[in-house]
Amino acid sequence: MKPTVGIPRALLYYEFFPLWNVFLKSLGVSTCVSPCTNKRILANGLKNSVDEACLPIKLAMGHVIELCGKVDYIFLPRIVSVAPREYICPKFLGFPDMVRNAVPNVPKLIDANIDLYHPRSKAQKNLHEIGKLFCSNPMRINRAHKTACHSLISFKKLLQKNILPEEAMEIMACKESAFKNKHCNYDSNGPTIALIGHSYNIYDQHISMDIIGRLKKLGVNVVTAETLPEETIRQGATILPKKLFWTLGQQSIGSAIHFLSDPAISGIILVSSFGCGPDALTGELIERYIHGTRPIPFLKLTLDEHTGEAGVITRLEAFLDMVYWKAG
Amino acid sequence: MKVTFPHMGYLWISLKAMLEYLGVEVQEPPPTTKKTLILGSKHAPEFACLPLKLNLGNFMEAAEMGADTILMAGGCGPCRFGYYAQVEYAILQDLGYKYQLVVVEPPEKHISEFLARIRYITGGRPWWQVINAIRFGYIKARVVDDLEKMAQWRRPREIIPGSTDQAFSAALQLIIEARHPRDVPKAQSQGTQIMNQVQVDERKPVVKIGIVGEIYTLLEPFTNLDVERHLGRMGAEVNRSICLSEWINDHLFMGLIKGTRSSKEARRAAPPYLNHFVGGHGQESIGSTVLYAKQGFDGVIQLLPFTCMPEIVAQSILPGVSADLDIPVLTLVVDEQSGEAGTITRLEAFIDLLNRKYQQKEVLA
Repeated sequence: MKPTVGIPRALLYYEFFPLWNVFLKSLGVSTCVSPCTNKRILANGLKNSVDEACLPIKLAMGHVIELCGKVDYIFLPRIVSVAPREYICPKFLGFPDMVRNAVPNVPKLIDANIDLYHPRSKAQKNLHEIGKLFCSNPMRINRAHKTACHSLISFKKLLQKNILPEEAMEIMACKESAFKNKHCNYDSNGPTIALIGHSYNIYDQHISMDIIGRLKKLGVNVVTAETLPEETIRQGATILPKKLFWTLGQQSIGSAIHFLSDPAISGIILVSSFGCGPDALTGELIERYIHGTRPIPFLKLTLDEHTGEAGVITRLEAFLDMVYWKAG
Repeated sequence: MKVTFPHMGYLWISLKAMLEYLGVEVQEPPPTTKKTLILGSKHAPEFACLPLKLNLGNFMEAAEMGADTILMAGGCGPCRFGYYAQVEYAILQDLGYKYQLVVVEPPEKHISEFLARIRYITGGRPWWQVINAIRFGYIKARVVDDLEKMAQWRRPREIIPGSTDQAFSAALQLIIEARHPRDVPKAQSQGTQIMNQVQVDERKPVVKIGIVGEIYTLLEPFTNLDVERHLGRMGAEVNRSICLSEWINDHLFMGLIKGTRSSKEARRAAPPYLNHFVGGHGQESIGSTVLYAKQGFDGVIQLLPFTCMPEIVAQSILPGVSADLDIPVLTLVVDEQSGEAGTITRLEAFIDLLNRKYQQKEVLA
């Protein structure tokens, strides 16, 4: 009987799922992803987290609960750092322990550390730790790691063609045939808006109230940080007086600065979630930088668990009015 | 050059002593008050933690008194404190303040990095003088901590209400006035004498409460609405998990001075509840709670500023620790909206709970 590993559709799922999935599958494990966020998942997450936690953590808690009872393991690596001398966020560091404390009868957690803080640490070694749970042959784990990396690279390539993560995963699952139908989204004649925010906020249709879909329906082209190569983002972030130690914060600031210098971009929307610590500081820096350099329509949206679609729509419309008015 | 720095409890006494010993002109900010908070929270990002807002207020008030250089600590994450200086500076610049910023980043590998940065501020003074100055600051921090511990013991036991605090501020004044390292021992013995004159009832039963949480909130009485004093008056003996001198030894001297309590013990006690550091003092909060429970304390209070990331992790895990080790834990989140009356009510309720537990234990014994 193959063991089943559950992967919550939350946090860094939108960045690394193809890697994790292919890695686990190559080791002969079947994977199970929690369903797209719905009201029940969010409510369960809220019920089992402290009030002060941020929305993404509460949501992730809900996704973990959704998997309970359906799987043998839950894949919840402790993601400390994914780049040298950088961290994700303190809450990511403590998340497996938070889950263990909040969810009774939780299945076995795969909570090996993913820690690339020290320039000499290797992702491969971290993944080996996980692979050993299911396979005793190091050669096979190595091979699994290699195919997983290839899969991640092709995933990133799709994202850079401005395909949404969920769509890109679909494309990768059913290979090229589907790809021909789903061509580039970058073809409307409308203005181009840069949407800046963490992948787990902007790509989760439920909590972002499908902001990308809404904008597209209004005839707007949307670009995100995921459409940029990593070097461009890192280059953008170098204007800071001190290197930022959050990878996701670098992504926000670096992409904001790049988009600001791109004349094709006619507006910037910054999406953050209530209670996000790093965003409180990076958002402030981005806002101050925009005010100081190029006057461009700018909207800051804070997401929380209280759904109020009307408010979001009103603000998006007002923002787009501003964009059209500026364009003349 | 007139150097200023943010307030954090009695840190200013050490810093001022150190800098003035090196001949640097110092303008410490006026004591943190409601005005500081209003100034700071008006201009700081809304969801930034309270310390950032108060720092900003401190700098704005110090500028009014002529300060033109900020001395600030840095960090390498993941806690937001590591990027405070840069954000605060950007805000001050936009507001039109003419400040010079000097950030002292903590040593990553060796204490010499820290010494080199101190030396940079002091403009190439000889090494022995720099080292002496740092020692001077450290000794003062240690003496202040000792006096505070005496006050924490005396407050619940004092016979005349308020006499401990009166004695404490008189003793503190002596330490502040010591101009030279060699004056400190005398000031200390005089201060200790003053503290010993406070009349106490040694046999009075008191509940023992450990305080854990984020360092700024622990050390700065304005931020934590003076919980230590309130608890003392309600008849609770308080033990704070972080003291300034211990923190200096741990983080700036990298544990060079042996024989003092170290945050390492607390971190070691945190697993299996929290198996990894989470920045700030999150892991220490869990570990200290475990240690307090083992030492027979009656309860633990966790203090954190709203949106403090490491402490939210700890807060999520503390209920499990509390249930496992049978120690009541109260979490107090502070922000600019916090009111003293609400806090006092909650402290009173907590102490009532502890007293009842205490009585039950007595009956069972």
